[in-house]
Amino acid sequence: MKNRLRQKFLRVSLPQAFALASCLAAFTATLVLPLFSLLKKAFLDPAGQFVGFANYLQYFKTPTLRASIGHTFFISIVTMAGSVALGFAYAYALTRTRVPGKTFFKYVALLPVFIPTIAHAIGLVYLLGRQGLITRLGLPVALYGPGGIILSELIFTFPQAFLMFYVALEFADGRLYEAAGVMGVGPLRRFFRITLPEVKFTLGSACFVCFTLAFTDFGAPKVIGGSYNVLATDIYKQVSGQFDMNMGAVVGTLLLIPAVLCFLGDRLFTSKNESALNARATKLNIKPSLARDSFFFLLCAAVTLCLLVLVAALCMGALVKFYPYDMNFTWKHFQFNASTGGIGSYFNSLKMSVWTAVLGAAFVFAVAYLLEKTNGLGFLRKYGRLLSVLPLALPGMVIGLSFIFFFNSKQNPLHFIYGSIIILVLSNILHYFSVPFLTASASLKKLDSEFENAAECLGAPRWKTFLRVSVPLCLPAILEIVMYYFVNSMVTVSAVVFLYSADFRIASIALTHMEEAGDISQAAAMSLLILGINLLARLAYEVTARGLRRKSQQKERL
Amino acid sequence: MKKTLGLCMVLSFLLSAALAGCNANAPAQGSADPSQGGEITVYTALEDELVTEYLADFNAKYPDISVNVIRESTGTITAKLLAEKENPVADAVWGTAASSMMVLDSQGLLEPYAPAGIDAILPQFKSDKQPPTWVGIDAWETAFVINTVELDKLGLKAADIQGYDDLLRPELKGHIEMSNPNSSGTGLLTVTGLLQLNGKDSGKGWDYLSKLDQNVAQYVHSGSKPAKDAAAGECVVGVSFGYAGVSQKAKGAPVEVVFPKEGSGWDLEANALIKKDDVSAAAKTFLDWAISESAMNLYQANYPIIANGQGGTYEGFAVNPVEQLIADNDFAWVAEHRSEILNTWMEKFDAKSAPQD
Repeated sequence: MKNRLRQKFLRVSLPQAFALASCLAAFTATLVLPLFSLLKKAFLDPAGQFVGFANYLQYFKTPTLRASIGHTFFISIVTMAGSVALGFAYAYALTRTRVPGKTFFKYVALLPVFIPTIAHAIGLVYLLGRQGLITRLGLPVALYGPGGIILSELIFTFPQAFLMFYVALEFADGRLYEAAGVMGVGPLRRFFRITLPEVKFTLGSACFVCFTLAFTDFGAPKVIGGSYNVLATDIYKQVSGQFDMNMGAVVGTLLLIPAVLCFLGDRLFTSKNESALNARATKLNIKPSLARDSFFFLLCAAVTLCLLVLVAALCMGALVKFYPYDMNFTWKHFQFNASTGGIGSYFNSLKMSVWTAVLGAAFVFAVAYLLEKTNGLGFLRKYGRLLSVLPLALPGMVIGLSFIFFFNSKQNPLHFIYGSIIILVLSNILHYFSVPFLTASASLKKLDSEFENAAECLGAPRWKTFLRVSVPLCLPAILEIVMYYFVNSMVTVSAVVFLYSADFRIASIALTHMEEAGDISQAAAMSLLILGINLLARLAYEVTARGLRRKSQQKERL
Repeated sequence: MKKTLGLCMVLSFLLSAALAGCNANAPAQGSADPSQGGEITVYTALEDELVTEYLADFNAKYPDISVNVIRESTGTITAKLLAEKENPVADAVWGTAASSMMVLDSQGLLEPYAPAGIDAILPQFKSDKQPPTWVGIDAWETAFVINTVELDKLGLKAADIQGYDDLLRPELKGHIEMSNPNSSGTGLLTVTGLLQLNGKDSGKGWDYLSKLDQNVAQYVHSGSKPAKDAAAGECVVGVSFGYAGVSQKAKGAPVEVVFPKEGSGWDLEANALIKKDDVSAAAKTFLDWAISESAMNLYQANYPIIANGQGGTYEGFAVNPVEQLIADNDFAWVAEHRSEILNTWMEKFDAKSAPQD
């Protein structure tokens, strides 16, 4: 036992340990300490005196508030089941079948990510509200309430689940399937014995991501939740309605439940022997199958149709004079009031998003690499994993307020970033950390550690292996992360609304102001413009990715 | 290996160090410049378009003072001010609910200041301290925003809805939207207004709200949303506030704005100076201007009830707008019973949250 311990300790390389420790220290300083400055208020009274669990007792004594917990779990579980199933099937269709039109389907699946979440709600009201296009066909729809929230959360989380599965399923070791085929293993068995185990980690993380996003989302419950209370609306009521930071902090800690559960259940889906991309892996050859392909084609077509109808509804809203009472065509909703920030806010948003994308991707990948590919340091790594999933459980409001409490303090040496673009970029990097982290981890897990072992035997330094092997092999995932950060920063509201300064306004905030002022059509128009920018960015990404792929293929041929 | 170290160190400090490179301006920390010029930061909950319009007047009069404005909804602005309490960024608050001002005042965030021309402001429109901690500029009040097209389909006319009791008509069941007082100032002023109209502690106010609850389709988390939803036909009657309905009407919505004949609950949009180490003279200049006659004239075009009592006329008001408000709105009573009222409301009506078809 003692021997094993010593062995374990000796396997830890000092520079790696130091690198991991400094990454986690940076993380702690920018996320944990700010959070602590807010959440400790859950145990204080308004005057700052320690009151133990008194606030919690008061919270749980209120039946309405207690009900919110049940509601939140209900919404999250249904959303999780729906999004994970749909996301998996859709990703499977695009990676493991011969469905035609894959590029088209892939783009459409990502559409919801490209528009601010508030636009999902606006679109749903145009379709399913009391005056909605579909409602008018005579269908009985109950949009305002849990139905509407779940629908909106599905639209919001489906692309994220899809993307995670897409990245995971893109890699496949053809040899396994060939061998199985030779041995006469049926397709169903192959699916359960090869495909599913391959994406076990992604399945776990996708469940966690969808569950938590639905658990903490505030936008949908606020706009179309009707009077259906969830934890996220509770925290809003406490903080923005009653200005009770202490009760707000209580709800904030309750929202951490999924992250803690996930951390405790971590072992369920972090088994290490999942590396599918063996150093000797071959490309998967997909055989045609009419039944399979037509089933998946219909499925993709159905999902695509729903999403396109949603965007079409937004276009309609942006282009008619006053829905539903004056359906004449007009461009006037694209003439935004200069008072909401005008075109300048676009460039600010772009600048902020580019910085977030570049710095965020580098930070995420470094942390994921250090957690995946280094040995030993059990405690530090556990802490690192907890930190990585934590941001997902934080509503933007919690991040925004804790950043104020922490960085606005005069004693804080980083006080200078308060009110600047830096704090916006920082809050975005942390706010959206978890999903890219899981993408990066999944992709790194696919890399056989043989690469590292071989390199080490040959005496190549670790950083060389990192830059020459890990980064190029994970490039699709890295680019995916860059895109994820970019589009999310373009549309984010909840955290940055507390942090932006007067001389640096951003487009997504302008959009909420329009919605607040009742300019729904203008808000729809603005979301279409944001959609346009995001599509352009995506196009640039595809061109780059294609170029890179061609390059690597040429190398392979050599 | 050393390079791994270097690389990772760079990455770990990226967040603070590299980011510092992407140059940005720190927020304006109220310049304590005693002369007329300077730069100030003002937080406001006034509408975007109104802020631009009003500020143009200030900029023309005081070209040496540059004003950085942060505009957000009342809830966000107040929460931000409270969070920044230890080290305030704002120099002044402009056009933000008096109910918020009382919270800020009770937490010691406001610096007493009597702006020039304070005497013109009616006593019920400013704080009762000497010198006052906050000063009102205009009032917003409960209003029914009625979609006439949809109302017609229910067989009613806009004239059928004059007062609170008309909202209890069986035809309106499931067609009324109201804001939740726990998340919206408008919801709160409507509820406290109704309680005061029915005799503060008589219980009649709660009886009415229970009956109204039978007709309410949903309680929403914003004061203007019932008006917007009425405009879009998502509900027939939105219990909201005047400007929210009037601005929708101006945008072409088929709505009528009705102020209840019994009187409207109301709250003020008010200004205050923020307590900080270096209170700037420019901020005081701004607050002086913000209740000056030229500013009041601008407010009046949008909000007919202004704090010097010389309100304009307004479509939908049967009487002088100021008289339409419930008399003697007892802010002290509201402040004292605030959490009690909110809790009672929550117990009675918020639990309805489960869908009931």
